[in-house]
Amino acid sequence: MLLRNTYNEFIKIVSKPRSFLGFGALTILISLIIFAMKMDGETIVSFITASFEQTLSFNGKIVNGNLIAFIILQMLVVHIPLLVALVTGDLISGEAAMGTIRMLASKPISRTKIVFSKFLAGAIYTLLLTIWLGILSLVVSHLVFGSGDLIVLNSDGLVILQEADILWRFGLGFCVAFLALLTVATLSICFSAFAENSIGPIVATMAVIIVFTIIGSLDVTVFDSIKPYLFTTHMASWRSFFEDPIPFESIYQSIIVLIIHIVLLVLITIFKFNKKDITS
Amino acid sequence: MENQSVLHVKNLSKKFGSFEAVKDVSFSVNKGDVFGFLGPNGAGKSTTIRCLLSLIKPNSGKIELFGKSLATDRAEILQNIGSIIEKPDFYKYLSAQKNLEIFARISGATVTQREIAEMLDFVGLGNRAKDRVKGFSHGMKQRLGIAQTLLHKPDLIVLDEPTTGLDPQGIIEIRNLILRLKAEQNKTILLSSHQLSEIELIANRMVIINQGCSIVEGNVQELLNNEETVVRVEIDSSDKAIELINSNLQISTVDRISATIFEVVMVKSRVPELSKLLVESGLQIQAIEPKRKLEDYFIKIIQS
Repeated sequence: MLLRNTYNEFIKIVSKPRSFLGFGALTILISLIIFAMKMDGETIVSFITASFEQTLSFNGKIVNGNLIAFIILQMLVVHIPLLVALVTGDLISGEAAMGTIRMLASKPISRTKIVFSKFLAGAIYTLLLTIWLGILSLVVSHLVFGSGDLIVLNSDGLVILQEADILWRFGLGFCVAFLALLTVATLSICFSAFAENSIGPIVATMAVIIVFTIIGSLDVTVFDSIKPYLFTTHMASWRSFFEDPIPFESIYQSIIVLIIHIVLLVLITIFKFNKKDITS
Repeated sequence: MENQSVLHVKNLSKKFGSFEAVKDVSFSVNKGDVFGFLGPNGAGKSTTIRCLLSLIKPNSGKIELFGKSLATDRAEILQNIGSIIEKPDFYKYLSAQKNLEIFARISGATVTQREIAEMLDFVGLGNRAKDRVKGFSHGMKQRLGIAQTLLHKPDLIVLDEPTTGLDPQGIIEIRNLILRLKAEQNKTILLSSHQLSEIELIANRMVIINQGCSIVEGNVQELLNNEETVVRVEIDSSDKAIELINSNLQISTVDRISATIFEVVMVKSRVPELSKLLVESGLQIQAIEPKRKLEDYFIKIIQS
């Protein structure tokens, strides 16, 4: 029954026009970034490398597919949560708003399985969106710009990664980015269990992300103790794969925090949905 | 087997905060019943029905369906129930066929594509199977709701206000559909409706609830027959007929309306006695019509 309903949920997701907004928006944004970088990429990068040129000499093709993919990821990972929440925030509350929740909850499937199947379908959607992001940013930028070594500017300075040493970093980076987006998806599904309209959970999810991100970026001692527990602190952990050496301990910690968030949010959703009287 | 209880509700209560929506409601639905579930707005009908379908958790009381407790055998019980609650809502962005496929998949039964097509034909939507529900009229959605209800061949069908918002034609279609289900498939039907005339036409048993409490339960005709009713008689001479009635039948209230029309207040079960008397007297009878319908009975019960 769980798999059957997961299939149902996935059919519902792919049948809604809004589910393709994310894919469309990503395609347009990445195309614009690639176009802009093709036109003016060399100039933009030269601004960054100018301060190092007194001590370092840059040879070869700096503006390559790897750099463009990295820039795209950097720019979009902040905005993709909205595209995810747009779909997943509607999964339970959308049924309440449409009235179909009555039909669904009066079928011989447990409410726990309903939540699980929605979570699984939301996870599949998030995965597909992440894969699409990967295809567009990596494959298309490689086709347009070709390959090459990757120069990454970190707070510690420049990190230069060999061409052969990059692809697996992107692979793992996308996995962690997926986990971060899945946390956002789970948060919006959780809000969705509390709401009876589609907009509320989407707005609430974005509000939480914005508030947590602001808390995370504020250099105030009083917030230091909670920052490690905010999922937004760990949303950019994918970037750690582009450091040398890779801080695996910090990445593991981020993965654990994100997984704990996902598990807790799913449990809260199950608890709430099981307790809920369906009166709509 | 006809009196085998399909649904048994005992002392069901549900509170929303301090508001007691349902108080100690009890009733039983037997196999093969078309059971009317009546009550004014806010009486607790929908809350009770939602409790039966596990949409709302009651605070206390017992719900047994097919001899099993809803609290412990929920999935098994719900496999055997088809329902429309208030209005049938569907995924508007999907076609009628896709909607039925979605609900069939989680109905607990194996439903083939052919069965879905046959069901759409049964409710008269065979030619609209591929159309999105978005463009369907209320009546079409209602018929699709019936199709969804019957798809997995349940034994008990729960219809909460199935004729709300329908035009007269739609009401007749739903009524005929219910009668067909009863006649051809011997389904047990729990029918909540504001259309009391509909209940009177198709239900054999009923319960009336008001302010969250069940007031009366029983066989529809027996309940109505035991009540005093106004019988309107059209005849060639009211005066002669009234004289006959006063001298032969112990009936307290006889009102002369016109030279050819009079009304008698009597229990419905005595109407044959009255008609026999008038026929045997040689008077020309145009009509004998018991005026009291379920509406009158309902209002009397609610007001009392």
